[in-house]
Amino acid sequence: MKAAEFEYARPGTVEEACRLLDGAAGDGKIIAGGQTLVPLLVMRLTRPSLVVDINRIAALQGIAASEAGIAIKAATRQADVLADAVIQHRLPLLAKGLRLVGHPQTRNRGTIGGSLANADPAAEICLIARTLDAEITARSSQATRRIAMRDFCAGAMTTALAAEECLTEVRFPLWRDASRIGTGFNEMSVRQSDFALVAAACQLVLDHDGVCRRIALGIGGAEASPVRAAAAEKRLTGTRLEAGDIDKAMGELQATLSPLSDVHASADYRRRVAGALAARAIAEARDEAKAAA
Amino acid sequence: MSQHEIALSVNGRAYRGTVPARLTLADFLREHLRLTGTHTGCEHGVCGACSILFDGKPMRSCLIFAVQADGATITTVEGLAPDPAALSVLQDCFWEMHALQCGFCTPGMLIAAQALLDRNRAPSDEEIREAIGGNLCRCTGYKQIIDAIKLAASRLQGANAPAGSITGANNG
Amino acid sequence: MAEQAFRYIAKKRRPKEDRRFIAGAGRFVADLALPGMLHVALVASPYPFARIRGIDSEKALALPGVVAVLTGAELAAGVDPIMSGVDAPKIRRWPLAHQFARYPGEWVAAVVAESRAVAEDAAELVEVDYEPLTPVTDPETAMRPDAPAVHPDHGSNVLFRKKWVWGAVEEDFAAADQTLSFRARWHRSSTVPIETFGVVAQWNPAQQLLDVWASIQMPKFADQLAKALRLSGNAVRVHFDVDVGGSYGVKRGLKHSILAGFLAKKLGMPVRLMEDRLENMRGGDAQGPDRIFDMQVAFSREGIIRSLKIRALDDCGAHAGRAPLQLGKPIGAICGPYRVNSVEYEAISVTTNKTPQEAVRGFGQGPTNFALENAVDRVAAALGIDRLAVRRANLIRAEEFPYTIPSGSTYDSGDFQTVLEKALAAADYPALVAKRDAARRAGKLAGIGIACCLEPSGGNSAFEPLFNPKNETTTWMEAASIKIDGAGAVVVSINTSSSGQGHESLAATVVGEVLEREPETIRVVRADSLSALPSNSPVGSRMAIMLGGAAAGAAKKLKEAITAIAAHKLGLAAAEVEYRDGAVIARADPAKKVAWEAIAEIAHRKFHELPPGIEPGLQASHVLEVPTGGTLPSADGRVQMYPCYAFEAHIVYAEIDRITGQVALGPYIVGHDCGVMINPDIVHGMTYGGIAHGIGAALYERFRYDESGQFLSGTFMDYLIPSAHEVPDVAIVDHCTPSPLTAFGQKGSGEAGYLGAPAAISCAVNDALAPLELKIAELPMTPGLLGDLIASADKSTTRR
Repeated sequence: MKAAEFEYARPGTVEEACRLLDGAAGDGKIIAGGQTLVPLLVMRLTRPSLVVDINRIAALQGIAASEAGIAIKAATRQADVLADAVIQHRLPLLAKGLRLVGHPQTRNRGTIGGSLANADPAAEICLIARTLDAEITARSSQATRRIAMRDFCAGAMTTALAAEECLTEVRFPLWRDASRIGTGFNEMSVRQSDFALVAAACQLVLDHDGVCRRIALGIGGAEASPVRAAAAEKRLTGTRLEAGDIDKAMGELQATLSPLSDVHASADYRRRVAGALAARAIAEARDEAKAAA
Repeated sequence: MSQHEIALSVNGRAYRGTVPARLTLADFLREHLRLTGTHTGCEHGVCGACSILFDGKPMRSCLIFAVQADGATITTVEGLAPDPAALSVLQDCFWEMHALQCGFCTPGMLIAAQALLDRNRAPSDEEIREAIGGNLCRCTGYKQIIDAIKLAASRLQGANAPAGSITGANNG
Repeated sequence: MAEQAFRYIAKKRRPKEDRRFIAGAGRFVADLALPGMLHVALVASPYPFARIRGIDSEKALALPGVVAVLTGAELAAGVDPIMSGVDAPKIRRWPLAHQFARYPGEWVAAVVAESRAVAEDAAELVEVDYEPLTPVTDPETAMRPDAPAVHPDHGSNVLFRKKWVWGAVEEDFAAADQTLSFRARWHRSSTVPIETFGVVAQWNPAQQLLDVWASIQMPKFADQLAKALRLSGNAVRVHFDVDVGGSYGVKRGLKHSILAGFLAKKLGMPVRLMEDRLENMRGGDAQGPDRIFDMQVAFSREGIIRSLKIRALDDCGAHAGRAPLQLGKPIGAICGPYRVNSVEYEAISVTTNKTPQEAVRGFGQGPTNFALENAVDRVAAALGIDRLAVRRANLIRAEEFPYTIPSGSTYDSGDFQTVLEKALAAADYPALVAKRDAARRAGKLAGIGIACCLEPSGGNSAFEPLFNPKNETTTWMEAASIKIDGAGAVVVSINTSSSGQGHESLAATVVGEVLEREPETIRVVRADSLSALPSNSPVGSRMAIMLGGAAAGAAKKLKEAITAIAAHKLGLAAAEVEYRDGAVIARADPAKKVAWEAIAEIAHRKFHELPPGIEPGLQASHVLEVPTGGTLPSADGRVQMYPCYAFEAHIVYAEIDRITGQVALGPYIVGHDCGVMINPDIVHGMTYGGIAHGIGAALYERFRYDESGQFLSGTFMDYLIPSAHEVPDVAIVDHCTPSPLTAFGQKGSGEAGYLGAPAAISCAVNDALAPLELKIAELPMTPGLLGDLIASADKSTTRR
């Protein structure tokens, strides 16, 4: 399986990368880690005339924490993000999810931005970004725009990125006053480290009485894009997240899902498992928050 | 289509090449440098037989284009031994435990295992499975591979034990 | 039979061949670079069934670097069709589809270019005019007279259909206390080695010789290759010294090699056809059994199984391949390790528009064992009797060997009860049961699977004349040659390729054992098909028996010659001397001896000291017919299948996640008896590998086709092979019941683990589901399948 021919460029700046994309008139593709793009190229499922390699653009590497949140540059390796102390302490949900992404070889090369731009319905990074209301920065020669994750995900393998745009950064907002914060991540994949059939991500805050003040719950793999379980979140806010509360919320979650059906799992399966995994993720987050007194 | 000049280090030797953009690093190593120890089993990044060390980290060489490896330091299975006639501790342990049968996945397994042992001399069973979790083997069922890696870990630990230590250097 | 004490056999020893692989110095087909070598890429049909109206290669040929485009029509005119294993003369096939493409991914044209990349570029430019036809995708539908016929000339989709009745089946069913029936479904999977199939062919016009290097398990195909290419048999030289990256049955490669050979001859340049993974999965013709078993069991209220009726319907795919014969081999162990009085067996092979099958590890025994063990568990469930008790009651006892089963095969030796008890003890079975019961009380779905399965070994191909009476063949041989040079260096020559089974170590160990010389000093080389002695290739778990036997036979001849030469030198009769460690010593006076090197020198240089009647030099070869071989099937279809029967008893614990349907396996214990193990590490390795492969077949692997016939499993993202995460730690408990039929008591074991693991895991899952009153006799048991099944029965699990 050999890719069709393409021109290759390796710019040193984001500006240059955007100019190259402009020149390709919609037929250019960015390569970062290549863990998803190269299989598409060698199977000839995508045939760009130009591949723009952003791996050596220094401005696209790195993790920075600030008041505005934690910003991860697009070409930062998944392995480096996973190993980063800032991520482990301040973005533990992402660390939990990253542990389940692929294999050591793929994490050493694959990037955060690449996973987001690929938008596989079951990708852990996309789910976590959606759950935490992350914001994508996309740059073109004309403009820089910030896209909320809910607007960024446009369907299976589809994002709001235009052909001339380069995803440069994803910023995860930090929750204020989050002294008793907990996270939970649960996924179901056929083999360990496969893409998840269904995944659930949860972050929540408890107050001193153990009442949930804020909760974010996302489901991946069930639909074409990650979804926020808004009704369940509302139902659970203000409760102690006891089994009965969670059960009721899961019932609502399952009722609002329109799951995919494919050879691996029926829609019913995804619906059922989404509820179960979400419940497990909520319980994990709750217990973690309780222990974080 | 344009050709690209690359310069890289492979197993401690400097190489130059002129490559089309679409040539993978795996094919460059195998066809241009005739280092055929690195194997391609799927060419779409799943089986792991093509694993190499890229700047010291295990990666799938079928998912990297050779042009992207310009300036990189690569280690392949041929570079694991201290010299061409010898075997590394890990390779010797693979032989001792019969951690292979057909030998096709073996180079990738050795690379993945060596990368693990380079940063963790006392891996748990789970850590070993995680390290080789991206390398498929159809012959061995993985058990003798895991046993070999454990043996190598114990030997490498022994090699660094101070003389006269209670744990001794006579493991394995 | 008392166990012998061996010097080298059965001892731990580093396999010789491992040395090159750990250094990355294997020599696989893709590593070969012949000057001027050209590369092939295939044009594949996107339709499950289509008439090929025409092929336009103009644009492809215009691409720089493209040398040729070969169509099915041109190839069909230039080579003889490939023979089928069954009597179906109207079905002719060629390596490229001719007139019709009969499965999605079938190779329709071959592009040859200076590089594989350019060949793929050109393959995209080949324009094929297809007229899509209605495919048939289901085997039961395919049997109906109104079904679309994959091969209209053959008249129907039924390639083979035969029923055998061995013993008083109807009487036994009528007289039984109880009967039960069920369907077991083994969906299509295969061995899928990590290395795909590849072949390099080179035509030498000056020598009128075609050289072939291939990643091939069964290189005994030079004659078929020559016939297809219309060359004389000695105009094809297949090289056996190519390392093969795994095969486990499937790398036969006849169509690939005919295609490459034809192109090499036509183009006058070496040609390499190296399947990429897409070509391999769809068009490599290496898929595996795809079976529906309809089982009926007649048994007593005490759980004694009296009679079996088995209907095995197999979906061959679009061409016969080895699929029909794969229904035949299990006849040699059709009732498993159990004492069954009578058996009725109906084997049906049908064609559909799917990729053809190739021989898969076990040659059909794995699926058959899966059906049998589920039958035994269902008997136990029907009676409310413990599954172990039923097995113990029905297992053939050690004192009953040799034991002849209704279909005519005699089991050579065994002690099934002891192996089972050893496995149970190693598993601490009572503790395992307690663990399971505690898990159940905690609300989990937990089960234990017990499977007692046979591994027939030795590769007597008696299913060939059984399935095609026109094919009267009974020879299934193996050969080895040994020579010792004038300085005493030993070289053994073997006559086949290997794909990880350790044949070099096997041969060296056996020769070392007989000649009492350190195997490390013995070099093993491989002949090629022109210089080789006859071999029937490493199939059917035969090489320990056959190569071991042939090497031992040749070594014995040499030992006699060495003894005779030395005795003559000492002026003594052969009975007056003793062979020891390669030297020969006078019994009466140990100071009188002739050393190994001195004997070699006499043989090679001192004709004047050679005894009369002995040839100069020191070399011998031996060609061995398979033990019990040489007899055609009887009129009622009774035949001795394989000679030696190894046995495995699997004990596996499983928990199923109620919601996700994921199965977690472990502990996993297997009791294993393959007689004497020539190299224990090699035997254990293949057993571990077989179990991993069995886990794949049981839980993860399936070649899927949708209702319209499209193939859905073309990559490793869709076809899921177990990684180290999916295979639990396995403990093997060995037992040794030697075979009376072999040189050292060894039985074959290449298919171990795979033959019993799917059965054991199926039984474990069923045990776990039993409290929900659910049963499943379908593989693979994917999470989606199990999750939905559990949900259907267990209403309390909607929100957990």
